[in-house]
Order: sequence, then structure tokens, then C-alpha cells
Amino acid sequence: MVADRINGALRKLPIWAVYAGLAVPAPWWLYQGATGGLGVEPITALEHALGEFALQLAIVGLAITPLRRLSGVTLLRFRRAVGLMTFFYVTLHLMVWLVLDVQIVSQIWADIVKRPYITVGMGGFLLMVPLALTSNNWSVRRLGTGWRKLHRLTYPAVLLGGVHYVMLAKGFQIEPLVYLSVIVMLLALRLRILPSLRVA
Amino acid sequence: MANRWTNKLTRDDVTPEPLFMNRRRVLAGLGLGAGAVAGVGGLALGGMPGAAQAQEAEGLEPNTFEEITSYCNYYEFGTRKDDPSENAHMLTTEPWSIAIDGLVERPGDYALEDILSQMTIEERIYRFRCVEAWSMVVPWNGFELADLLEFAGVKPEAKYVAFETVYRPEEMPGTRYPVLDWPYVEGLRLDEALHPLTMMATGIYGKTIPNQNGAPIRLVVPWKYGFKSIKSIVRITLTDTQPPTSWNKAGPNEYGFYSNVNPNVDHPRWSQATERRIGGGLFARRIPTPMFNGYEDEVAGLYEGMDLKANF
Repeated sequence: MVADRINGALRKLPIWAVYAGLAVPAPWWLYQGATGGLGVEPITALEHALGEFALQLAIVGLAITPLRRLSGVTLLRFRRAVGLMTFFYVTLHLMVWLVLDVQIVSQIWADIVKRPYITVGMGGFLLMVPLALTSNNWSVRRLGTGWRKLHRLTYPAVLLGGVHYVMLAKGFQIEPLVYLSVIVMLLALRLRILPSLRVA
Repeated sequence: MANRWTNKLTRDDVTPEPLFMNRRRVLAGLGLGAGAVAGVGGLALGGMPGAAQAQEAEGLEPNTFEEITSYCNYYEFGTRKDDPSENAHMLTTEPWSIAIDGLVERPGDYALEDILSQMTIEERIYRFRCVEAWSMVVPWNGFELADLLEFAGVKPEAKYVAFETVYRPEEMPGTRYPVLDWPYVEGLRLDEALHPLTMMATGIYGKTIPNQNGAPIRLVVPWKYGFKSIKSIVRITLTDTQPPTSWNKAGPNEYGFYSNVNPNVDHPRWSQATERRIGGGLFARRIPTPMFNGYEDEVAGLYEGMDLKANF
């Protein structure tokens, strides 16, 4: 079966390679931003590149379980790597916003409380903090069944990320809505009201 | 009537000296009228060390041609900043005509070259402030809108001027998506339109204006957010009622009819108190946004007694 062959190939891929591969864009974009490769306004460009990549990784993370159910291909071994790298990019996105974009401390707090899209994005980030802190074997053992419950925070976190993107768009733009639809679909697959889609 | 407004930014602020001398020759080579040459002379005189230093102290560093032409909002060609410079070449700008109608003495469909033959092209170095809180300094070439309105003859009952951008889905890939209600429309109050700062631009840095910047002719209203400065104009209508404007239709709480640059009135989603001048690289500092984008002395009188928070 095709799925088995893919799974066989995936087993040979070391997890560190996934971390390394997913880490590559960050220094590359930073280098490009510093040398003109991101255009004449590199701050916003870098901020957007990091945010968009984080959202894409979050979607990959959400897709792992449905993919296994629907096709038998399993990326479960890489889920922690994908999740932690999502957090890494969200953190970088936030850092660029804080340090390079807004710059002014008083305005940072004002933005967080006054600008709904920033409040929403910040909420998504805060929900990810406990997830990142407990993405290790020790925490899994220590928290037992609580770990699974805690990690359901992934769902609202990614949803907030998608909403954050839709809220900051000017005019009626398709791309953020596509991201949000995919996220909502992947979340809907987890509800038991869609049993027909469950193959496993 | 050209040269009613004296530039505070000088030509010396724009171009290094050797290029500056070359550009004078380029301008002369364009066969512009005596008025334009006089204008250049006037600007050169304005470039006294004192004036230049004052501009420097203000932190005014005009943007390069590359910056101005590669970082654009022109949603008819796509919503990313580099979409217009990639896609706008598809737009046919010749022949071009502007329909001038509504409350005018001489309505008609005017060929652009017939309009230009009546106008005096001069250079105006203006700050340009986008509603997204970034800014540039642009050396435009063009003429005052007041001259064009005089050419068409404004009827006394006219109170507003409405503008419309060309709408050609086959040449404008961004219009395949309903980002805005196409075609793009804008409007000014008649006194704003007649203000000597308000101009119709046909060039940047003495060159023909590139398509992504609104070729062949666009509006420039330097004390308003950039989206008011409508591009690639095909229709100008004088009316007695306030015309609809595209961004106001898309988000009435976010974009008002006036949309004057005002650091004290925030966009609901972000602050307008500061801006980032394009070209500062990865570590560019934010700078305070001046009232009316620095043209308070010239335009504040237009809004005397008006609540600028309510009329944002």
C-alpha cells in the first residue's frame, strides 16, 4: 500500500532533521531582511513572513491526525517538532512586532488592549506557552491524562491565529479566509458530528 | 496657474549634485514650458544651505525612485506591495482620455495630450503618508488640479469632485477578486480640490509616472492618507452631493470621506501617531506623524470649526 511505503520512508527521517529543516527559513529571512532581499520595507515583510509560516506550520500540526485517519499516512512522530517550531515562529513574529515594528513600550501595551486583532493574536500566543513548556517526555509522563486535555488548547490557539490574520486584512481578501476555512475544517474533523469522515 | 505654492523641500534634498545637474537637462529636454524651467530655477534657489539644513533637521530624506516604484498599494494589480510593480505593465496607458462631466461648463471626453498641452508641469516634493502608517517623500511632476477644473469650467452649484480609476479586468488581475467594489472611486470637497497643494501627477523624478504609481495621471493630495490620491483617473465628475469613496464603502468605521492625516485620530485597528519612513531598513525608527502630514499651515483653514474626530 502506498501509505505503508510512505510511512516506511518517513521512519528513516530523523526528527532532528525536521527541526533543522523547519528552522532554516528564520535566519534566511533575517539575512534577506538585512540585505534588501525582502524589499524596501523589510520590517513588515519579515513580520508577515514569520507569521504566515507559523500559521502554515500550525495547520500542518492540526492536519496530522486527520491525515492518519483518512489516508493511513502517519506523521505522528514529527508532531512535537511541528508544534514546537510553530511556537518558535510565533515567538519570532511577536519579537519582530515588539522590537522592530512597534518599538515604543507604551504603545505595545496600548495596542494589546486596544486593537482587537492584536489582542486575539496575543491570546493565541499565550495559549501556546503552556503547550510549548510541556512538549517534552517528562511532562507527558508527569501530567498523564491531564497532558492530553491540556494540549487541546492547540485548537483555540490555532483558531485565534487564523482569526488574527483575517482581522488584520484590509478590504475583502481571499487568502486569510482560505487559511481560516482550512483551520475550521480541520477542527470540525475532530467533532463527532462528522463521523462519516472517519475512516480509521 | 503654476508655482502658487513654494516647496519647502528642495531639489537638493532629492538628488546628489551631479545627477541633479543631469536632471535639469532632462527636464529641459522634455520641452516643458518656460514656467517649468522657471520653477526649477526657483526650487534651486530654495536649496540654500539654511533651508537644506532645516529639512535635514526634520529628518526629511526623499525616497529613491526604486523605493517609490517597488512598494505600492494598487489593489487592482494585487494586494501585496510588490504585486503592482510586477503586474501593472499589463495596463495600456496610451491612448488615454478623461471624461469630465457633471456640473461643468465644458463637459467632454478629453484626450490626455490635449489636457497636458494646456497645463504647466512643475515639480512638487511632497510627503506621502499611507493609512497603514508608512510614509515616503516623493518628487512628483504634475499640475494643479485647480488648473484642470478651470479648464473644464466649474459651475457655481458644484460642491464636490468625484474621481474614478480605470477598470479593465483583463489588464488588472487584482480586480478578479472583490477586495473592493470596483472601479475605485474617490472624492474631494471642491475647496480641497481647488487648494494649490492638490495636484494631478504625471511623473516622478522627472520621468513618466510608472504604471504601478498610477499612470498616466493620478491625484496627489499630500495632507490626506494615500488612498485618497486616486490613480489612473478616467473620470472626473463635479457634483453637489458628497460622492461615495471606495475605502469608505468597504469600511465606513475605518475610512472616512475626509481621511486627513491626523496623529490624534487612530485607525480603529492601529495607531496613527507614528509612521515608518520607507527606506530605513530592518532597524528603521518610527517617527511622529505631523498633523495634516506637515501641511497644517497650508490646509488647516479648510477645516476650521469642524470636528476632525467625527469627520475623520
